[in-house]
Amino acid sequence: MNAGVKLTKFLKPYWRWVLIAPLLMTLEVAMDLMQPRMVERIVDEGIARLDLNLVLQTGLLMFGLAVIGALGGMSNGIFAELAVQAVGADLREALFRQVQTFSFGNLDELETGQLITRLTNDVTQVQEALLMILRVLVRSPLLLVGSLIMAIITSPQLAFLLLILMPIELAAVVWIVKKATPLYTIVQEKLDALNEVMQENLAGVRVVKAFVRAQHEETRFGQANTNLTEQSVQAARMVAVMPAFVMLTINLGIVGVLWFGGVQFTFGNMQLGQIIAFVNYLVMTLFSLMMVSQLVIQLARAEASAKRIQEVLESQPKVQNRPAALSDFQPKGRVVFENVTFNYDGQDSDPVLKGVSFVAEPGQTVALLGTTGAGKSSLVHLIPRFYDVTSGRVTIDGRDVRDIDQSVLRRNIGVALQEAVLFSGSIRDNIRYGHPDAPDDEVIAAAQAAQAHEFIQSMPEDYDTQLGQRGVNLSGGQKQRIAIARALLLKPVILILDDSTSAVDVETETKIQAALEGIMQNRTSPSATLRTSFVIAQRISTVLTADKILVLDDGQIAAEGTHRELLANSPIYREIYDSQLGNGVHHD
Amino acid sequence: MTEQRRAPAATPPSISFRPSGPPMAFLQDSQKSKDPRRTLRRLWVYLQRQRLILIFTALIVIVTSILDLLGPYLMGLAIDTYISKSDLPGLARLLGWMVAAYILASAGTWLQTYLMAGVAQRAVRDMRTDLFARLQTLPLRFFDQRAHGDIMSRLTNDVENISNILATNASQLIANVLGLVGVVIIMFILNVPLAIVSLVVMPLTFFITRAIAKRTRAGFRQTQQALGELNGIIEENITGERVVLAFVREAATTEQFSTVNRRLQKVALRARVFTSFMGPLMNMVNNLGLAVVACTGGWLAVQALATVGEIASFINYAGRLGRPLNMIAQLFTSFQAALAGAERFFELLDETPENDTASALSIDHISGHIRLSEVFFGYEAGVPVLKNVSLEAAPGQTIALVGPTGAGKTTIANLLTRFYDIQGGKIEMDGQDVANVKKEDLRRKIGLVLQDNFLFAATVMENIRYGRLDASDDEVRAAAKIANADAFIHRLPHGYQTMLSERGSNLSQGQRQLLAIARAILSDPDILILDEATSNVDTRTEKHLQEALLRLMKGRTSFVIAHRLSTIRDADQVLVINGGEIIERGTHHSLLAQKGFYHHLYMSQFKGQAI
Repeated sequence: MNAGVKLTKFLKPYWRWVLIAPLLMTLEVAMDLMQPRMVERIVDEGIARLDLNLVLQTGLLMFGLAVIGALGGMSNGIFAELAVQAVGADLREALFRQVQTFSFGNLDELETGQLITRLTNDVTQVQEALLMILRVLVRSPLLLVGSLIMAIITSPQLAFLLLILMPIELAAVVWIVKKATPLYTIVQEKLDALNEVMQENLAGVRVVKAFVRAQHEETRFGQANTNLTEQSVQAARMVAVMPAFVMLTINLGIVGVLWFGGVQFTFGNMQLGQIIAFVNYLVMTLFSLMMVSQLVIQLARAEASAKRIQEVLESQPKVQNRPAALSDFQPKGRVVFENVTFNYDGQDSDPVLKGVSFVAEPGQTVALLGTTGAGKSSLVHLIPRFYDVTSGRVTIDGRDVRDIDQSVLRRNIGVALQEAVLFSGSIRDNIRYGHPDAPDDEVIAAAQAAQAHEFIQSMPEDYDTQLGQRGVNLSGGQKQRIAIARALLLKPVILILDDSTSAVDVETETKIQAALEGIMQNRTSPSATLRTSFVIAQRISTVLTADKILVLDDGQIAAEGTHRELLANSPIYREIYDSQLGNGVHHD
Repeated sequence: MTEQRRAPAATPPSISFRPSGPPMAFLQDSQKSKDPRRTLRRLWVYLQRQRLILIFTALIVIVTSILDLLGPYLMGLAIDTYISKSDLPGLARLLGWMVAAYILASAGTWLQTYLMAGVAQRAVRDMRTDLFARLQTLPLRFFDQRAHGDIMSRLTNDVENISNILATNASQLIANVLGLVGVVIIMFILNVPLAIVSLVVMPLTFFITRAIAKRTRAGFRQTQQALGELNGIIEENITGERVVLAFVREAATTEQFSTVNRRLQKVALRARVFTSFMGPLMNMVNNLGLAVVACTGGWLAVQALATVGEIASFINYAGRLGRPLNMIAQLFTSFQAALAGAERFFELLDETPENDTASALSIDHISGHIRLSEVFFGYEAGVPVLKNVSLEAAPGQTIALVGPTGAGKTTIANLLTRFYDIQGGKIEMDGQDVANVKKEDLRRKIGLVLQDNFLFAATVMENIRYGRLDASDDEVRAAAKIANADAFIHRLPHGYQTMLSERGSNLSQGQRQLLAIARAILSDPDILILDEATSNVDTRTEKHLQEALLRLMKGRTSFVIAHRLSTIRDADQVLVINGGEIIERGTHHSLLAQKGFYHHLYMSQFKGQAI
C-alpha cells in the first residue's frame, strides 16, 4: 500500500470533501441498518398486537429514514465525485508537468508508450479506487460492522451462527482470489501475445501480402487465439465459484437461523419478528463481507497503478540548471569541444564519444560523417544540453554550456532532429513552433529557405492547412522540410541538422543547402553576426561544401578537414566517397 | 545500440487496449448502438453453434431462479406453519427441503456460470478468427487509411465487451428478469391486495432511471469528447517531447493540456454525479415500498385479512424487488455499450475484400517482360500521382527510377504488385494483363525490398524463412550468404537463433535490409522491386548491400528506385519521373547528352566532379 499512501498528498487540498463524503455515507448506512429493526417493530409490536397506529407511525418513520438515507447517499455521491475528479485532474497535471521537466535521458528510460499509459490508464485506476474508498469502502465495512452489531443486539442467542459462517466465507474468498490472480496474469500474457500478432500484421501488412502469407498468419493467430480462449475460460470458471459459494453460505445461514430461532421460540426466548430481523441482518453481514473482500482486490490493482505513477513523479530530470545559471546570454556561436567523453546513463561499455575536441568558429558549417553508432547525433546533442558530458566540456563563446540556463541556451539553438515530429495544427503554427508570434513574412522566408514553400502553396489551404496528429498527411521529405523551416525560423546562432535530409532527394537537398548557405552567412540580415551550423549527413554530397568535415569513427574524430583535404589525406573518407559517388562496387 | 536510441518508437501503443482492470464504463463505453436488433441477430449466429449448451444453461437458469424465489416463500412457511406453532419436527423437515433447494440453487448458479464462460469465450474466439481472416483479405488501401489503434481496439476492447455481456450480463439479465417476474407472480398468488400495493412503487423506479439517463447522455458524450481530446494532446506531446524540449515549449504545452484537463474534470463530474444518484434513489424507493407494504400489511393483519407469516414473507419479497430492478437498469446500460462495440466489430467484418475476378488466371512463371501502357493512377480522387506513364522492360533488365520525392516511384511498386489497382491504362506481364491475373500469384513472383523493411519478432532464421516457409535451414543459410548477411548473423549473440525485437529494432537499418534481401532471395522471385534509399548505413554495410543487391538482381527484371550513381550508371534503362510523368528516358550516358532534367540533377549532385 506504499505508493497509494504516498499519493494521499493529492487528497490534502480537498480534505473537507474527503471527510464529508464518508460521513454522509454513514448516514445512508445507518438508515439502511435501521430498516430491518423497523420491520421487526411493525411485525412484532404492531401487527402482532394489532396496533395500527404503531404500524403507521413506524411506517412513516421508515419512509422518513429512507428519504434521509437517500439524501445522504446522493450528497455522498456529489462530494466523492468532486474529490475524485479533482484529484484525478491534479494527478494528470502533475504527471504532465513532471514530464515537461524531463531530459532526453529520462525519456530514453521511460518509453513513450509507457508514459502515456501512466497518464491515462493508471490515473483512471487510482481514480476509481479513490471513488470506491469514498463511496463503497466506507459503506461495506460500516454495513458489516453495523449489521453485525444489530444482529447481536437483536438476538444474542443466535449470534454464534455468525461466528461460524463469517470465517468460512472469508476463507473461501481468500482461497479463490489466491487461485484466480495468477490465472488472470496468464490471461493478460496471452492477450499481449494476441495483440502482438495483430500489431505485426497491421504494421507489416505489405510484407504479409507481398509474400502471400495470409494462411500462415491465420494459423499463428489461431494458435494465440485458442490459447487466450482456454486461459480465459479457466480463469472465469475459477472465479465463478465465489458467488455460488457465498450464496450457499448465506442461505445455509438462514436455515440455521430458522432452526435455532425456532427452537428458541418454543422456549419463549425469541419472537417471530426477531427471527425475521436476524435473518435480514445475517444476510447483510455476510453480503457486506463479500463486498469488502472484493474491494480489497480492487485496491490491490490500484496499488500497482499508484506505484507506476509514483515512479514518474519521483524521477529526477537528468539535466538540470545549475543554481547560478546564466540567463542573459547572447552568443556569437563559437562552439568548442574540449576533450569530451560521453556515455549514456547506465552504460558501462565503451563510451560513445572519447576525447573529442574541435573548434567551430562563428559562421562555419561543420559536417559530421561516420558509421552508424559512431557518435554523430550524440555529439550534437551535447550542445543544447539534451545530454550532459561525462567528462570534458562543451563551451559556447567560452562559457561552459552547463552554466547557462537551459531555456536560454535552447532558444539560441535551432534543431531539426532525426525523425521529424510535427504537431496537429496548421503548417504555419508548426513552423512558428519556436516563436508563436513570428510574423508571416518570416514564416514564409523560413519555408522558402527549407524548400518547403512550393509544396505548401500547392496544399488545399496553403499555410493554414491543418496537419493531422503528428503531421500525418505529409510525406517524410515534406515533414523534414517543415522541421527545418521550424528550426530556421528561430534565426538561431547555432543550427543543428541531424540527418534531417535523409528522406529528401538529392536535388531538393542541394537547393536547401544553397539557401542555407545564404541564411548562414546572413546576407539578408542587417546584423553582421554569423551562424554556426552542424550538419549530420550520410550523403557525401551534403558535406562537400562544408567549412569543416569531422569524420567520426567509434566515438573519436578520425579525420578533420575540408573535402579536398580529406580526399587527399583520409582513407576512411575516400572509402565513403567511393562507395557513394565513385565507381561503386564492381560486378563480379 | 546508441545511435538507434534516438529514433523514438515509431508507433506508441494506443491508449486503451489493455483491459486490465474494472471496465471504465463511465468514461469510455457510453455510446448507443444504432441498430440493436440486427446486431443481436448477428451475434446470435456465433452463439447458435453452441445451441444445445445454451438451452441447457437457460434451463438451469430457470430452475435456479425458481429455487431462489422459493426461498422467501419457504421462509414464510417456516415461520407461519411451524415456528409459530412450535412444530419442531415439521420445521426440521421443511428446513431439510430448504437445504436441498439451496444446495441445488448454488450448484445451478455455479454450473450456469461455468457453462456460459465456455460458451461466451468460444463465441468470441470465433469472432476474432473471422475478423482476422477478413482483415487478411482486405486491400492495402484499407490499412493505409485506418489508424491501427482503431483496428486493434475493435479486435480487443470491443470483443472483450462482447464476451462480458455474453458471459455474465446475459444470464444475469435473464435471472433478474425471471426473478422479478417470479416475485411478482408469487406475490399475487399470496395476497392480491398486498401485491398491488407493492407494485405501486415500481413505476417510480422507471421514471427515476429515465430521468437520470436523459441528463447523463449528453454529459457522457461531452466527457468522451474531452477525454479523446486530452488523450490526443497527451499522446502527441509525449511522443514528440524531445521537440517540445528543443523548442522550449514546456510552458505553452502544459497550458494547452491544463485547459482541456480542467474541462474534462468539469464535464465528467456532472455526468458521473447524476449517475451516482441512481443507487441511493433506487434504495430509497425500495425502502419506501417496504414501508408501504409494511403499513398495508399491518392494516390487513388488523382486519384479519393476512397472517403475520404472510406479511413477513411479503416484506421479504417486496425487498427483493429492488435489487433486480437496479441490476436490470445497470445491465441495460452496459448491454447498450457492448452492443455498440459489437456494431463496430461487425463494421470491420463487413469491409469489402480484394477478391480476384472469377476469371482470374494463375501464372506459374514470369519471364519478366513488363509493359505499362498509359497508366493513370491516384490514391485520392482528383489527385493523380501517375499520369500517362508508359514503359517497357525486357526480361532481365534493370530499370532505374530517379526523380524527386513524391514523384510517383513507390507508386509504381504498389501498382505492379496490385496493392492498388490502376485507374486508367494497362499493365502487362509477359503479354498478360495483370488485372486478369490472381493477385496472390502475382505477388508470389514479385520480390520487394523497400525502404522500411518490416521484420517480425522472431528468430533470424524464421524471418528469412518467411520468404519460403518450407525452406530447410541450409537453404536459409545459403540465401543469407548470397545476401552478405551470413557474416553479421554469425556475430549476433545467438547467431541464426537470435530473437529479433519488435520490428527488428535491435538491428541497424543496414542489417535489416540485408535480412530483407536474404528473405527476398529465398523466395526466388521472377521480378524485383527495390528501393535503394539507404540512410543510416555505414560504408562497410554499404558495400555488402551493393554486392547483395547485384546478386539478387542478376537475371531478374528489376525496378530500382535508385540513389546510387553506380546503380544508375549500370542500369539498362533510366526513367526520370517528375510530377507523375516520365519526362526523360534512356541510358545514363544518353540522358547526360540530352542536357535536360537528368543532366541538371546529376550535375547538382556532383558539382562538376569528374564522371
